[in-house]
Amino acid sequence: MTELINELKEKIITQLNLEDISVEDIADGDALFGSGLGLDSIDALELIVMLDKDYGIKLTDPKEGRKIFETVKVMAAYIEEHRSK
Amino acid sequence: MKKVYIHSAGSVSSQNTFSDEGFLEKVISYMETVIPAIDAPYKEFIPPAAARRMAKGVKMGIAASTAALKEAGLENVDGVITGSGMGCLVDSEKFLRGIIDNQEQHLTPTSFIQSTHNTVGGQIALNIQCKGYNFTYVHGSVSFESALMDAFLQLKNEEATNILVGGVDELGEHTVEVHKLIARIKKDPVPSEDLYTSKSIGAVFGEGAQFFVLSNEKRDSSYAELLGLKTLNTLAKEKVASHAEAFLKEYDIGISDIDLLITGDNGDQDFDGYYDELSKQFPVAIHARYKHLTGEYHTVSSFGFWAALKALKLQLVPAALSGNADKRELKHALLYNQYRGIDHGFTLLRRC
Amino acid sequence: MKRGIAITGMGIISSIGDDVEQNHLALFEGRSGVARVRHIDTILHDSIMVAEVPHDNEELIRRSGLDIENSFSRTTLLGIIAARQAVADAGITSMSSCRTGLISATSVGGMDMTEKYFYTCMKTGGGKKFIESHPAGMSTQQIAEDLGIEEGLVTTISTACSSSANAIMYGARLLKAGLLDRVIVGGADCLSKFTMNGFNSLMILSDEPNSPFDADRKGLNLGEGAAFLVLESEEQVKKDQKKVRAYLKGYGNANDAHHQTASSEFGDGATAAMIKALELAEMKTSEIDYINAHGTATANNDLSEGRAIIRVFDKQVPEFSSTKAFTGHTLAASGSIEAVYAILSMQHGLIYPNLNFKKKMSEFDLVPITSLKERKIDTVLSNSFGFGGNCSSLIFSKQP
Repeated sequence: MTELINELKEKIITQLNLEDISVEDIADGDALFGSGLGLDSIDALELIVMLDKDYGIKLTDPKEGRKIFETVKVMAAYIEEHRSK
Repeated sequence: MKKVYIHSAGSVSSQNTFSDEGFLEKVISYMETVIPAIDAPYKEFIPPAAARRMAKGVKMGIAASTAALKEAGLENVDGVITGSGMGCLVDSEKFLRGIIDNQEQHLTPTSFIQSTHNTVGGQIALNIQCKGYNFTYVHGSVSFESALMDAFLQLKNEEATNILVGGVDELGEHTVEVHKLIARIKKDPVPSEDLYTSKSIGAVFGEGAQFFVLSNEKRDSSYAELLGLKTLNTLAKEKVASHAEAFLKEYDIGISDIDLLITGDNGDQDFDGYYDELSKQFPVAIHARYKHLTGEYHTVSSFGFWAALKALKLQLVPAALSGNADKRELKHALLYNQYRGIDHGFTLLRRC
Repeated sequence: MKRGIAITGMGIISSIGDDVEQNHLALFEGRSGVARVRHIDTILHDSIMVAEVPHDNEELIRRSGLDIENSFSRTTLLGIIAARQAVADAGITSMSSCRTGLISATSVGGMDMTEKYFYTCMKTGGGKKFIESHPAGMSTQQIAEDLGIEEGLVTTISTACSSSANAIMYGARLLKAGLLDRVIVGGADCLSKFTMNGFNSLMILSDEPNSPFDADRKGLNLGEGAAFLVLESEEQVKKDQKKVRAYLKGYGNANDAHHQTASSEFGDGATAAMIKALELAEMKTSEIDYINAHGTATANNDLSEGRAIIRVFDKQVPEFSSTKAFTGHTLAASGSIEAVYAILSMQHGLIYPNLNFKKKMSEFDLVPITSLKERKIDTVLSNSFGFGGNCSSLIFSKQP
């Protein structure tokens, strides 16, 4: 799981072009949206694509994303359960 | 009817126009067929959360507009009007490449969102929270003049007091490639100083952003008064001079009243003839050209506008523009630009 | 404005008709143009619905008598067809008889060709002729050339979905400033892989026919089309003794300044645009008979627009409908297409229905007109809201 969490942190930084942020800056339980990392609805869509492309998980409703992307820890758990890649 | 003045000017170009306080005293000579703009310190005015999504054009636009607002001492304006020939090219290409390379799979929205032509105008409005009028003109080499015209009419009519107006275009990899393919870009590089005698077809392409605060309130620090402008979709080479004269007459100005003539020659031997026709009619005026410094792009006439404003304010024309350093009284400046025989623009400025 | 600007001609081509009469008939009979994609090869074929003009490019070229060896994108073809109609409708026989301009609008431009020949033109040279047809402005210049406008004021506006509404606004401004005697205004956009995939990546496309203002709306259907109006100065109308179809009484543009693609929760930009239009028209809210809403059927727009309408009209919201269930969302062309529909509404005394509406939204008490309604309509407010927070409202009236 730790491997996946680190992998996710790296992907978030690359996918969302967070130039000034490193993996160490993102705590497992940090809020990704709103406060914390301060991501927005466009980032949510980007992460949905990442979920499909890298883990084979297809989300049809963008609102589902907000719950899944709450923290990196929550994301990792969801991916572990649903991944097909 | 009120008069229209320009309070400030910001520029991001392939010269040090952003960081340099002066007026093209030292210029950079290039030996390229494509000249990129020199980046401004974008981090100073664009928060990382926003910057991470922006391609160069948006960043240049924000930098130039921020500089213009700062110089004008304004935090907000009544409207933002932008001109851009190709819009946000880099993101358009990115998204398109994604569609084709990945067979429409796994496409991410950011580059699509950023690709709309009015992204720069929208982003500026977001930044300064300007909820006023916001238009983007996308019409080749009169994109900037169209934006200027719209602002001009509104200010004259007192529909607004201060309007931010600008022109921005960025270089895109694929667009450059295909324009090389159809010989719109010169096959061989030429040194900047030899551009107009290159005797070859095509132009050297460039990119940049220039923004200005226009107002109907005069200030001591105003650069100049915008007297008028005109755009024509087509115009025969033989008619350029007579049209220019007729244009000036509308403002009771004659050929001999023009002290500075700034033309958009770009070194394309097939089309620079338009400018020769015109300059012949203005033997008295100082003749300045600028595209050897900036390259050609749809809204590059905004750089010509920037140069005219600086010249009128400082009352000098640097050698970089006219070949000889010239210091004489400059009252009226006429600008003329076109691209491959279409999208002609005439702009008339008067010193304040 | 004491007096509205005269509209002396109109032209349109959309998924529901090739000209004004056909569009009216389809609206009258409740025939939508929404279906599965036919003319473009896309993996999205089964997951989205669109509203295409039912003729391929060869057919459009043939019908228009254009040179087969042209370098026109589909956007330009649609634009030429609609612009020619508007010019003919206004009885214009010579472009140079007075100062005539063209203000067009597009968001796609020549992208349909660019995406087709992206790599081909570099590999084999195929499609090279479309390279310079890519920019938005070139599409307009090609239309200007076809119409015979020379040495004229021609320009293009591109502000996403409010583009052609803004073109109409700018044309009016130029007439009022005395720079032109008449101006052809409007816009064109064709369907493309770029826009289909773009909107799909935002997850706002519906896999069913769109249902504006419905509680269970799933998103928009993209459409394509073009429409133009001819606006003329009072002097010109008198001089040529023109029949006036309607008047542009007011207009307003404002920026939401909230987010690049989403509208603010309570539609600040939309509210401001509508208020500006009413102020310019010197009209009270009670004088608006009907609203042709932007109503794209996205979760965000309809909520934001609905709230904005309530903010402006308070307890007296006029009858309203969105015609996008007929035509899909034609992006830059939507403002001018819906301008034509606003004029038809007034001419025929009809409110065209908001198709596919079943359930009222929970956030407010707004119910659109869902079946064709006959009533006298003297004034119409038409909304067009685009990405970049660009909000525009136009007011049309029967009387000057």
